Amino acid sequence: MSTESWKSARNAVVLIACLLAGWQALYWFAGEIAMRPPLATLRYTANLVTTDAFWPHLSETMRAFAIALAIAVAVGLLTGFWLGFHSLSRQVFEPMLVAIYSIPKITLYPVLLLAFGLGMPAKIAFGAIHGIIPVALFTINAVRNIKPILIKTGRVHRLGPLDMVRSILFPAALPEIFTGFRVGFSLTLIGTLLGEMFAAQRGLGYLLMTAIGLHNVDLIMAVTLLLIVFAAVVSTLLLAIDRRLHRRSV
Amino acid sequence: MSDAHVSLRDVTKVFPAANGGEGLHALGPVDLDLGKGEFFAVVGPSGCGKSTLLEVIAGLTPASAGTVEFEGWRVDADIPDGIGVVFQEDACFPWLSVEQNIAFGLRKTALAADAKQRRVRDVIDLMGLGDFAKSYPAQLSGGMRQRVCIARTLVTQPRLILLDEPFGALDQQTRLLMGDEVLRLWRQTGATVFLITHALDEATMLADRIAVMSARPGRLIDVVQTNWPRERDSRIVERAEFGAITARLWKTLREESLKTMALKGAGQAAEPA
Repeated sequence: MSTESWKSARNAVVLIACLLAGWQALYWFAGEIAMRPPLATLRYTANLVTTDAFWPHLSETMRAFAIALAIAVAVGLLTGFWLGFHSLSRQVFEPMLVAIYSIPKITLYPVLLLAFGLGMPAKIAFGAIHGIIPVALFTINAVRNIKPILIKTGRVHRLGPLDMVRSILFPAALPEIFTGFRVGFSLTLIGTLLGEMFAAQRGLGYLLMTAIGLHNVDLIMAVTLLLIVFAAVVSTLLLAIDRRLHRRSV
Repeated sequence: MSDAHVSLRDVTKVFPAANGGEGLHALGPVDLDLGKGEFFAVVGPSGCGKSTLLEVIAGLTPASAGTVEFEGWRVDADIPDGIGVVFQEDACFPWLSVEQNIAFGLRKTALAADAKQRRVRDVIDLMGLGDFAKSYPAQLSGGMRQRVCIARTLVTQPRLILLDEPFGALDQQTRLLMGDEVLRLWRQTGATVFLITHALDEATMLADRIAVMSARPGRLIDVVQTNWPRERDSRIVERAEFGAITARLWKTLREESLKTMALKGAGQAAEPA
């Protein structure tokens, strides 16, 4: 291992230790009624993941999230490329996107629920609407920031339209698009879980709400921990890839 | 002169106005013949249409009127084989390594993979990029990146090389040294070179013939023959003729530059507050 990776590993360990210490301190402050300490939570979580009742919830959430993310990325990319290249459409629609982006999506939840019904489709829709706009906005910027000189170079090398997209436009826009994907990932996860918390019969969000209803603090802590670990691990990975992509941009 | 390598007749470029008005007469008419293996430079005030002329020759922009012929074939908004272009701006692909950037030049070339690899290797050696083959552009200096762009052009073995202020973004010492390099490559490849620059000393040092372009619409108003030997380098600036040629270019260019400045001044004054 190089000095650099030693350093980042050490930093990660220190960070996790600090978080655990903070958690323990918060527990001493808030008490048994609201929280569990780290060790008890870990023990309960380890137990929880071995039960049969847990896995259907997890797979339900992951399925909803994966589909929502796929929709958010596909629609966001298409919208972004379209508005990025077509300036009239961009002038018309970009302000609208920005305006919609600032609406608290939760206010649309009743409408979505009535439109899609209780269950999977509503969760997916709610997750996807959180992710589409950031992916689209980042893609618009990515496309607009492609240096014209690179396109000119492509023309000098007599690339066809398809080749131009594949070997110049897409790689040139990729670092910025990936940043959009990273932001879209986090927001879609929030959307999917929110969708599950209010009107669902399965999923981690539902499990969390049930636990709150039954005042099952152990379960609340365990589900929260799992979600935090999942989000943190994936986000760290995405951030690492993002940095790597951006380091090459001149 | 039908045996000219590149031949321009009455080349004119008018950019249409957005509101259907008169349009902007940027260039021409320009008549020009380049001999095979000639090093030709164009100097002119900024905004006079130098780059437009280059883009018309390259087939990047269609001429509004007139014809461009390269090796007897008409260039008509269709980039012909055998022409390489190096721009002023950094045109390296940041997501590709130096080696991959250079190999990009051969994408459209019908060659076996190992033959392509050999050509890339040769050009890397020629340009002294051996130590950086696996590096990415972000790790290189501006001068090095421009070398990569030149290498990407040379790997296609162009018979006509168009240089659009290729050293404009570099510092003076690097420019002189890159000039030496271009002269060496010009001799080694035997290509015809067409250089656009605003630096008189650069044009005088490098070219066999230098044309001065007028203020917009750009026309060639003077052509100066340098009579340098083919074997030459940047030390040519020490010669007495160097000063004489540069002085003659400046005499013509000065008036045109003043016109351009006056135009710009008028344009600024006409702008609504």
